Amino acid sequence: MRNLLALLLLTGTAHAGEPGLDPTALTRLVHQDCGSCHGLTLKGGLGPDIRPETIEHYDADVLQSVILDGIPDTAMPPWRALISEAEAAWIADYLLKGDTQ
Amino acid sequence: MKSLISALALAATLGTAALADTIATGDLGLVIERAKGSVLLVDQSDRASIARIEGLGDLSHASIIYSPDERFAYVFGRDGGLTKVDIVERKIANRVVQGGNSIGGAISDDGKLVAVANYEPGGVRIFDADTLELVADIPTDSKTIGLVDVPGRRFVFTMWDTGETWIADMSNGPEPEITKITDMGKNPYDALVTGNGRTYITGLFGEDGLTALDLWEDDPKPIRVMPNYGRGQEEMPVYKMPHLEGWALTGSEFVLPAVGHHEVLWVDAQTLEETGRTKTYSQPVFAMARPDGRQVWVNFAHPMNDTIQVIDTVTKEVIHQFKPGPAVLHMEFTPRGHEIWVSVRDENKVKIYDTHSFELLREIDADSPSGIFFTARAHRLGL
Repeated sequence: MRNLLALLLLTGTAHAGEPGLDPTALTRLVHQDCGSCHGLTLKGGLGPDIRPETIEHYDADVLQSVILDGIPDTAMPPWRALISEAEAAWIADYLLKGDTQ
Repeated sequence: MKSLISALALAATLGTAALADTIATGDLGLVIERAKGSVLLVDQSDRASIARIEGLGDLSHASIIYSPDERFAYVFGRDGGLTKVDIVERKIANRVVQGGNSIGGAISDDGKLVAVANYEPGGVRIFDADTLELVADIPTDSKTIGLVDVPGRRFVFTMWDTGETWIADMSNGPEPEITKITDMGKNPYDALVTGNGRTYITGLFGEDGLTALDLWEDDPKPIRVMPNYGRGQEEMPVYKMPHLEGWALTGSEFVLPAVGHHEVLWVDAQTLEETGRTKTYSQPVFAMARPDGRQVWVNFAHPMNDTIQVIDTVTKEVIHQFKPGPAVLHMEFTPRGHEIWVSVRDENKVKIYDTHSFELLREIDADSPSGIFFTARAHRLGL
């Protein structure tokens, strides 16, 4: 993810879908690594259900900040050390859009 | 074995030799293929995969236990599916969807009951191992973790939300007798039981330390272990909960993966006092003792999950570090510990290493492999 970050810095602010994001890697991250708590199909485990129908009332920027900064006093960790803001925005968008199934 | 005998009788009658091959299962195992809902039947001695069995549903985080005769595997899937796999016939023998979201299971000491712990709905359900019919339903109003079997047809399990541990005694028929132990601590995330069924230890996510129970006592009370051991001044993000299954008892000590810290902890098995810490490469997920207790193999959480460290239990020092490949999820020793099988999810490989020379012996193709479970688990309490 480091070289991704460098790329993003080079390209200035990046938005979801712009060059520099690797949707394949991010999709894998969501299902495999988020999935270790939220389930491979995202319907919940120790972590809550994060399927589109469950989280549709959240704004994308709220989800993005949860991903980046976690939720204190819960098991949700801050991912800021591992992913960029643009990548978190892409994930939030991906979760809401419901291409996850 | 009954159906086998009748199959053999039939084969003899028909004069077909194919069915008359005896199938020994003692050196077999199953590998969870996480993405496709299949399991791979493998042979330890041949270091090979033999067959793929499909149709097991969502297998993220799936785990497996075995019947006492090593013929049937019970696979607990994330979709609440409980699948009974016949490894002799290489097919699904039975499958029920028993809950919304299960996390693991256990088989009673007599092999007659299979228990499943569920996140949704929270609780434990107990099934007839033969028919998979529901025998008992134990709601707990909490996500339920750390389910193990202990002697006397009993199961022990712990609640993530309420911090209680319950002992369900099934020795007097289908109605469980429940003993509830409260105040185990905040957010227990997993538990282990020692091989003799005496000590049950839960790891805590929500507070410092661990909690133990002496199950040989009539009225077990929570024993705080390493109460000052926390996630540090500055809480470290935990990208993956460690597992205590596969916990390590090495001679007179336990080795446990720390939560959030880059270390494993050593605890005296008798006094439950801390006896040391070994710094590790990253956040440990599994710390698994080689069956003889001489080594502990450790794998790590995302994004450092391409690496394994081997710790010598005499010196408590890392003696070997290597990178099997991207996303090392699980490890399983052969029963006597001469070799170890490692699942490398993102390379779609299971890799087999010699535990003395650390030489790579064989690679087996597998589709997003996660858990590896050998039939020898059939004879070990708590697995």
